[in-house]
Amino acid sequence: MKNDNKNNQKNKLFVALAGNPNSGKTTIFNAITGARQHVGNYPGVTVERKEGEFEHKGVSLHVIDLPGTYSLGAYSPDERVARRVLIDDHPDVVIQVIDAGNLERNLYLTSQLIPMKVPLVLAFNMMDEVKKRGIRFDIDQLSTLLGVPIVTTIGNRSEGIEELLDKAIEVAQTGKEPAVDVRFGLEFDRSIDAIREKVAGSALAEKYDPKWLAIKLLEEDQEVLEWMKSSDGDDALEKASEERDRIKELMDDDPEILLADARYGWLHGAVKETVSLTLEGRRTITDKVDTILANRVLGLPIFLLLMWLTFEITFRFGAPFMELIEKGTEWIGIAAAFVLPDGLFQSLIVDGIIAGVGGVLVFLPNIMLLFIMISMMEDSGYMARAAFIVDRVMHLVGLHGKSFIPLFIGFGCNVPAIMGTRVLENERDRITTILVAPFVSCSARLPVFVLLAGAFFPAAYAGRIIFSLYILGVVVAMVMARLLRAYVVKGPPTPFVMELPPYRMPTPKSVLMHTWERAWMYIKKAGTIILAMSVVVWFLTSFPQKAEYGPDIKGTVTKHGSVENLPRELEVGAAEAQIIGSYAGRIGRAISPVLMPVGLNDWKISIALLTGFVAKEIVVSTMGTLYSLEGADEESPDIREALMADPFFSPLRAYALMVFILLYMPCIAVLAVAYRELGSWRWTALMVLMTTTVAYVTSGLVWWIGRLVGFQ
Amino acid sequence: MEDDIVKLSELSIGESAEIVKVGAVGEIKKRLMEMGVIRGAKVEVERFAPMGDPIEIFLMGYHMSLRRSEAEGIEVKRLKN
Repeated sequence: MKNDNKNNQKNKLFVALAGNPNSGKTTIFNAITGARQHVGNYPGVTVERKEGEFEHKGVSLHVIDLPGTYSLGAYSPDERVARRVLIDDHPDVVIQVIDAGNLERNLYLTSQLIPMKVPLVLAFNMMDEVKKRGIRFDIDQLSTLLGVPIVTTIGNRSEGIEELLDKAIEVAQTGKEPAVDVRFGLEFDRSIDAIREKVAGSALAEKYDPKWLAIKLLEEDQEVLEWMKSSDGDDALEKASEERDRIKELMDDDPEILLADARYGWLHGAVKETVSLTLEGRRTITDKVDTILANRVLGLPIFLLLMWLTFEITFRFGAPFMELIEKGTEWIGIAAAFVLPDGLFQSLIVDGIIAGVGGVLVFLPNIMLLFIMISMMEDSGYMARAAFIVDRVMHLVGLHGKSFIPLFIGFGCNVPAIMGTRVLENERDRITTILVAPFVSCSARLPVFVLLAGAFFPAAYAGRIIFSLYILGVVVAMVMARLLRAYVVKGPPTPFVMELPPYRMPTPKSVLMHTWERAWMYIKKAGTIILAMSVVVWFLTSFPQKAEYGPDIKGTVTKHGSVENLPRELEVGAAEAQIIGSYAGRIGRAISPVLMPVGLNDWKISIALLTGFVAKEIVVSTMGTLYSLEGADEESPDIREALMADPFFSPLRAYALMVFILLYMPCIAVLAVAYRELGSWRWTALMVLMTTTVAYVTSGLVWWIGRLVGFQ
Repeated sequence: MEDDIVKLSELSIGESAEIVKVGAVGEIKKRLMEMGVIRGAKVEVERFAPMGDPIEIFLMGYHMSLRRSEAEGIEVKRLKN
């Protein structure tokens, strides 16, 4: 594009890395920038922005890893973002990383880069695989035919990187644009020229290359059409429409398709002359492995086994580390309490901040282990097979095959599950999956279910009751996915068309880098929110100090007006009194009538539900406190007895409550990561609204149908 | 002689064909094109997923999968092996 920077001998260069997914682009990015990279977001979209710094032979490079794309149209946020950087941010050089074993499809992207007139270098990557398959290139000849310099690399061995950077810097400093034009054929070239003439007059032509604009207009590129409309390019638009009709009549097909054909034709011509495949048809290792892993009969069981393994590793293996963090937090808290004087400040530090930080860090082991597994599956190429195997079922509910794994992880914890939706390429699929992920019953809900089911249902049935809740969660997730896709996350069905890359051995370095990246982002982005919310909750439950509560509280609470006046024997009730009288308690009590239609209008329940916002398993300890039992957990017989003795509760109410807890608003940590992944507070607000409404309606149904059938 | 033109979704495992027309629209069409599903390209059906859907094919030197519903819009001419 119009690049007026005179870059001769510039010492600071802006480099953009483009390429297909699975081309090894990210490995090369990592090889160049090492640990000096940083991930953010492009404004307004859920696309990640990855950048890094590197110094090579005295030149300082700022490198941006563009989202992997197969072409540069206007259909997906990934493409638009990549395109924007290329034509608006004027990189000094663009390196396109190419999977040399898959040349023609990769060159399709090249055929779109060339008309953008960006200084370009091609990195023919994965040359080791190419050699194994017996493919040989005449690199020089190919470079001449394409008009672009080519460097060969083996990204995961860091081979060829030096030469690549040398060449990139050379091209950047000479501002060398591609020497050759993509030839579309006589009729198209005629149309393109005709449109280009009209484009030349418009304001847009000063920003972007007119011929490129003309090609886009002929293709009916949505984004360029919009730009033209808003920049007064009616002449050009008219001419483009004329030419499109002309082509349609002449060739009896859509210009967009014909231009794509023409591009392939052009690059096929270059490839045919310069590439020779001597071992055509030989079955590769990938083919052999796929006979088993993607097997019609064996594929599914193997997949389920791997899922189980992932689950075990993520949660079972991570458990000791989580305990370590919990214990660590406790000790630090005790140490702080020892050092700091008693009082409000101490409480803020210990119960608010230290507990809050602990609450953030405790998820780290799960997240890291999960991402180690996910990175291995993605880097090895297995992830695509997994999506291939389960897509049929996912598609029935409007989701993509790749949604399975993140949702499955939700059975352990929704936090890594939502972070795992990263693997979905399409934004609509990602958003839908994130929104329904909280319906999958996580392990934090289990203690509550164990307590309630154990208290109100005969031992023989308790297990089945709990299982029914898990099933309900999955069913609700599936139904809501369908509904969301139809009415909320609107848009045409997303294509499943997906590459099945050759199996590759994941390198420990790249797996660890991915994992570390995710973990760090979690701490920075979600961590800050969780910590802030923890302090807010601390505030709401600690104030007002010396809480007071009125005679409206009945039941197990003493009749004393304030905490200070409690006689010593009832000191254990102080905690209970505090929580009831605090702001949180008051909010809970105020909300309680709202829950009447669903049979849950007991103030203890609403307070407990509110604290469940912090973490769902806290519902148990809160209920314990409210029944004046300190340190109770779901196994304690005391709390079970207290529940059974409470006249408000019955098996039906208990079930309605469990359903409500299953489905309602997710905990802070989940909301924090969801906000980060969704990129907007509107979607996050929708998540809160949706989950709570679904919970309300569903437990309401349970309550009323139960009553109708005759339960109490 | 009549050409044996069928839908890609009608091919069996192991069959090869040449693409004659890509009849999809919008995003799916664009996706197919950028993945190399174009007129004249040769495809070979590799396997079906456990539930019969999606389909895995080999084209332009690499492996790709697509749903039957996506394959229905693609017309191909059977090739004798």
